[in-house]
Amino acid sequence: MNSFALYEPTSVAEASEILARHGDTARLYAGGTELLLAMKEGLIRYDYLVNVKTIPGLTGLRLDADGALRIGAATPHRALEREPAVRERFPLVARVESDVANVRVREVGTLGGNLCFAEPHSDPATLLQIFDARVRCETARGSREIALGELFVGSFETCLGEDELLTEIVVPPLPARSAAAYRKFGVLERPSVGVAVAVALDDGHVADARIAVGCVGPIPQRMPAAEALLRGRGVDEASANLGEAGRRAARAAEAVSDLHGAADYKEHLVGVLLRRAFDEALATLGAGPRR
Amino acid sequence: MKAVRELAITVRVNGERHELTVAPSELLIDCLRDRLGLLGVKKSCDVQVCGACTVLLDGRPVSACTVPAFETRGRTLRTIEGLADGEALHPVQEAFVEHGALQCGFCTPGMIMATVALLAENPSPTADEVKHYMRGNICRCTGYQRILEAILDAGRRLAAAPR
Repeated sequence: MNSFALYEPTSVAEASEILARHGDTARLYAGGTELLLAMKEGLIRYDYLVNVKTIPGLTGLRLDADGALRIGAATPHRALEREPAVRERFPLVARVESDVANVRVREVGTLGGNLCFAEPHSDPATLLQIFDARVRCETARGSREIALGELFVGSFETCLGEDELLTEIVVPPLPARSAAAYRKFGVLERPSVGVAVAVALDDGHVADARIAVGCVGPIPQRMPAAEALLRGRGVDEASANLGEAGRRAARAAEAVSDLHGAADYKEHLVGVLLRRAFDEALATLGAGPRR
Repeated sequence: MKAVRELAITVRVNGERHELTVAPSELLIDCLRDRLGLLGVKKSCDVQVCGACTVLLDGRPVSACTVPAFETRGRTLRTIEGLADGEALHPVQEAFVEHGALQCGFCTPGMIMATVALLAENPSPTADEVKHYMRGNICRCTGYQRILEAILDAGRRLAAAPR
């Protein structure tokens, strides 16, 4: 790894100013589980790393009055896996977090770091989109809140400005009478395909359906064309539409062949995992389809 | 604010206090092996996948291969060298020996440190819980069955004689 100098700011504004000053030669450092691997391999180099863990308030999580989970960007995966507030109110988030990489990576790696590195094979980047999660982004000059899906613009690429930090992830609760499920498949440390589904039922109808697909293409994303085939339909009709919904989602995911699988294989898995996740969500609601 | 090119840190390693000056890019594994002579910390995959370099930072497992040394400042570190009490092995070490839970032994320090962390967090894990927790510790020799048996037995030993 190249030698670098370290900044340890104590405020977001200070970190933002450091980034503005050094441009491409500086990078934020949180857990380092992805950044340092790439630097050790010599794939990227930075003259300055900016440790965000020294900024008070960036680590930790809380439930706000609306029941939304507010997660500091430098909160490690392990806290999301273990905190009672997450396990009780967002059990699927806790469960998926407990399956990220391995325990050592989860102890050190942070949610904000995972999202900002924008490695396409990320579980939380996919899962949190079905909660309509938002992220707070700040500079020394101000802040904005955007949908998590807007953060990702390409493989390893986010919409964050040069001096902008992701500081908080806000995860609203699902609507009433909802259930969610996440299914993934992979043979390596990272998943080849991840599919997240949330379903809200109202009197036998699918009042809301949310689908997110990740790992398959360059970015994890919601699948509105597939969701439209389920939303507003009866449970049986929605279930019968799953095949076409899977094809639409697979097409929209812009699958790429990589170490984790061939594009057509990943597309096939999107359909398989979508059906399993949908059925699991329905079963959680005690409303399995009649087949 | 200025960027620093070296940090003066204090860290307790296996009960002993060390004052070190480290560069930000110095990795914990190099610091432990090359400067403190703790050769039980093994470098294998070097990408946080295999677990051979597992050490405990404030009791929690981390990969020494990818954690910078400065992250240990003000904290407590435990390696395989810090488990035995003189000639008396730690109960987890005893369980690994008695169950024959090792062959070449290269993964063993990491396996044992991960086990110590697991049992501190969950003193009587089920077999499935052990498999889930230990998923990131890889052994090329044993086929894992004896390691699993040793870990379950180590939990019973520690429950009988906590330390």
